[in-house]
Amino acid sequence: MRARQTPPIVDKPLFAVLLTLCGLSLMTLYSAGGEQVDLLVRQGARIGFALALLLLCARLPITTWMRWSPHLYALGVLLLLVVLVAGITGKGAQRWLDLGLFHFQPAEMMKLAVPMMVAWSLTRRSLPPRPLALLLALLVILAPAALVVVQPDLGTAILIAVAGLLVIFLAGIHWQLIVAVCIVLSATAPVMWSVVLQDYQRSRIVTLFDPWSDPLGTGYHTIQSIIAVGSGGLHGKGWLAGTQSRLAFIPERSTDFIFAIYAEEFGFLGALLLLSMYLFLGYRGLLISFRARTSYARLLGGCLSITLFCYVFVNIGMVVGILPVVGVPLPLLSYGGSSMVALMVGFGILMSIHRHTNTISVPVR
Amino acid sequence: MISANQSQLEDNLVQRRIVVAVGLVTLLAVLLVGRLAYLQIAQQQRFSMQAQDNRIHFAPVPAVRGLIRDRNGVVLAENIRAYRVEIMPEQVEDMEFLLHELGQLIDLSAHDVRRYRALLARRATFEWQILRANLNEQEAARIALNQHRYPGVALRASLQRHYPQDNLTAHTIGYVGRISAEDLETDPHTYRGFDYIGRSGLEAHHEALLRGKAGIGKAEINAHGRVVRRITQTAPQVGQNLHLSLDIELQRKSVQALQGYEGAIVALEPHSGEVLAFASAPDFDPNLFVNGISETEYSQLRDAPGRPLVNRALYGRYAPGSTIKGFMLLAGLESGIDPQARIFCRGWYRLPKFTHRYRDWKEGGHGNVDAHDSVVQSCDVYFYQLAEQLGIDRIRRQLSRFGFGAQTGLDLPLEPSGLLPSPQWKHRTRGQAWFPGDTVVTGIGQGYMLVTPLQLAVATAMLANRGKRVVPRFIAEIENPQTHVRQRIPPKIKRVEKLINGDSYAYIIAGMRDVVHGERGTARGIRHRLRYQMAGKTGTTQVKSIPQNETQEQDIAEIEKKFRDHSLFIAFAPLDDPKIAIAVVVEHAGNGSRVAAPIARKLLDYYLIERLGMFQETADLAATK
Repeated sequence: MRARQTPPIVDKPLFAVLLTLCGLSLMTLYSAGGEQVDLLVRQGARIGFALALLLLCARLPITTWMRWSPHLYALGVLLLLVVLVAGITGKGAQRWLDLGLFHFQPAEMMKLAVPMMVAWSLTRRSLPPRPLALLLALLVILAPAALVVVQPDLGTAILIAVAGLLVIFLAGIHWQLIVAVCIVLSATAPVMWSVVLQDYQRSRIVTLFDPWSDPLGTGYHTIQSIIAVGSGGLHGKGWLAGTQSRLAFIPERSTDFIFAIYAEEFGFLGALLLLSMYLFLGYRGLLISFRARTSYARLLGGCLSITLFCYVFVNIGMVVGILPVVGVPLPLLSYGGSSMVALMVGFGILMSIHRHTNTISVPVR
Repeated sequence: MISANQSQLEDNLVQRRIVVAVGLVTLLAVLLVGRLAYLQIAQQQRFSMQAQDNRIHFAPVPAVRGLIRDRNGVVLAENIRAYRVEIMPEQVEDMEFLLHELGQLIDLSAHDVRRYRALLARRATFEWQILRANLNEQEAARIALNQHRYPGVALRASLQRHYPQDNLTAHTIGYVGRISAEDLETDPHTYRGFDYIGRSGLEAHHEALLRGKAGIGKAEINAHGRVVRRITQTAPQVGQNLHLSLDIELQRKSVQALQGYEGAIVALEPHSGEVLAFASAPDFDPNLFVNGISETEYSQLRDAPGRPLVNRALYGRYAPGSTIKGFMLLAGLESGIDPQARIFCRGWYRLPKFTHRYRDWKEGGHGNVDAHDSVVQSCDVYFYQLAEQLGIDRIRRQLSRFGFGAQTGLDLPLEPSGLLPSPQWKHRTRGQAWFPGDTVVTGIGQGYMLVTPLQLAVATAMLANRGKRVVPRFIAEIENPQTHVRQRIPPKIKRVEKLINGDSYAYIIAGMRDVVHGERGTARGIRHRLRYQMAGKTGTTQVKSIPQNETQEQDIAEIEKKFRDHSLFIAFAPLDDPKIAIAVVVEHAGNGSRVAAPIARKLLDYYLIERLGMFQETADLAATK
């Protein structure tokens, strides 16, 4: 039974904020990249491509996404295996696939495919999930995460795992279980510290607590970005006037540390504006998920909304020195294609959920 | 299938979790806002300052070192344009090719290339790095012509210290050297931005005047230290120009006179203490040191025969020999001896109750001599007896009035004080008692007493001044490099030694006059066609032993030379209005009258006649030409 009116493909408020963020991204990149136009052209092309993909994804009914979940997941795992064998090495890690026209990072795809797969598998039975289903879901999460860890890209692996676990959380597992897992995790933390983590990762965490202990070494990035953010003050130094970024004191200023440039040039007020836009995206996504008609849509939509904000938190947290330095880009602002495409596909799915909610006039009771 | 009721439960469950998620997201946002507020509002000032410190860099702007000229304006130390090739690696596509190509244009040694590669590995690629310095004119021209073909290659000019008189000024002006890391550490404030620091001679002593003051350039730099923008600059202050009292032509003649010898010449203007000539032979080329001398070159120079690096005029310590006799006689006159009293010199002297005979240089002796004769003929026996009569303490007291045993105060670094021995000194350093014989030999300037050529010249100038003791100095005027206003340094008079008997100076000077002009004077050999009157005193000092470490020298002639006496002569002229006082020391040259005295005569002639234009007699002028 379909309603007579055809609802819009895009969720207008969501789309408007997305476009605003893309505009801010181009502005900040122009400053961070030393006013290079070709950098903007490239990022603009990516934004255009990603927005087209968003529209395409939004057109697909959420039921189709649900059907495709296992296939996408299988494809993602396959690509991760291919990366290990034939990937391009960059910055000490093997993460990219050379697809001729562009480089593709399968781990980004898994940020979507894992929660889809977990949501798909959990919603085959009623919620809350039974232990066996839970175990299966954990396997679904850990297999790709492990493949990403060996690239090595611990940061992305954690984000993938977090996305999957968020779905499990949303699926309504018992609080007791959550508390228990938290206790076990904190109990094994010392083991993780000494066995699992690499030296460079340990030093990143140490310098997090005292970046000034090694101001020219591991603490350098954090110190310089904190200086940039702090010196921005309330109003910022103005667009194209951030000394920390323009004089190259900020590392990775087009990508992971772009928020440092943004906060230096636009200040606390600018940062508040940016944060409220991300918060809006998160809230809007959660609202759409809340209103969704199926559990799959709710789980997936909720997970996508929370992870988006998690990325924001992890990235900005790193830039302002409350989280260790991990390679997580700031959603929509950082220069780069893979993350942008994955995010836009995510928003496309959210819009698909939104549209689906509106088209089905009466739920099956 | 799922029942409607169960579906409702499930919906509520997930929706509740979504509400929890909203709380979670809000919590994270609040955390971030809190942190941002702390950094950007509470700590804003602190981080603004740190951002400022990051980007603002104060770089010193070097000052040009002051020039040094002689008394007639001849440049003795200057700053010349030197060319060097620099490369910015960032702009070079193929370094190997470039190095090969540049090797065709300029002389590039394997050492240059090695040194450059070491730099490449260490320095940032956007910095200009020196490939080779000190290009000659042709090389500089070739680089200039071909530069456009090689991006990233630059020909640069800088100022380099240069001593145009080469060896002539090695022991006076000294030299500068490149600033070392230690210099920067000991005085970072003064030396930032400077290339050179005075290492020896006047360059070291007058460093503060010559150096100038570096300017400060304030610039914005990026994280790699590259200057992005210059903000302000305070101009550097050029160093003061120095005008010396040195007469470079007299200096040249002095150096030439010592050619082939080891020795020293110091000539002063008596009334002002201005140094006219200051020569030490052998010498070296101070330009070798300017851009850093290699370890092997340096050790070769240091160990070369005659030790050219040693400044004998300042640091050479010699027994004064008979040149001390005039001063000994003054000591005697001050102590009340009768100059008319005669003694009989039979060629040796013996202390009462001792058997040892102290021999006179003249076999058979000088016969019946008074004080005047003893100076003129340099009678040793007279002075043996005089010394014995005075005793070492009185000798010390009187000789120290003429500056012996003390620094003269010349403006060169680390002046030694020579040695006026005392029983206490001998006991302290040798652990031996002072013997009466030690006093006896002091009377003829042998034994433990040591003087520097500079001290001899200053003491001679004091005689010429009839007691006025001046502080010798090189610096005559300081010139402000901007205004060219010159500030004259007035002569510094240490004190005027008043004698008990006012005629004593005249008496001594008359004796020294007759050393040259008298029929029996020891230096009468130089009086031929002398156009003016001068006072002089010869000295011949015994060289007692060969130093232990030089026994490897097998050459017999060489060993014989080591045994040969040092030849000394002190003089001033003209007698009534002295213009120049001189001390000449020539090592291992034999009798003072044969080598040192003729050198002194030649230099006095040159200075008084050629330089000052005195005693111009047309007939004689033609004859000397």
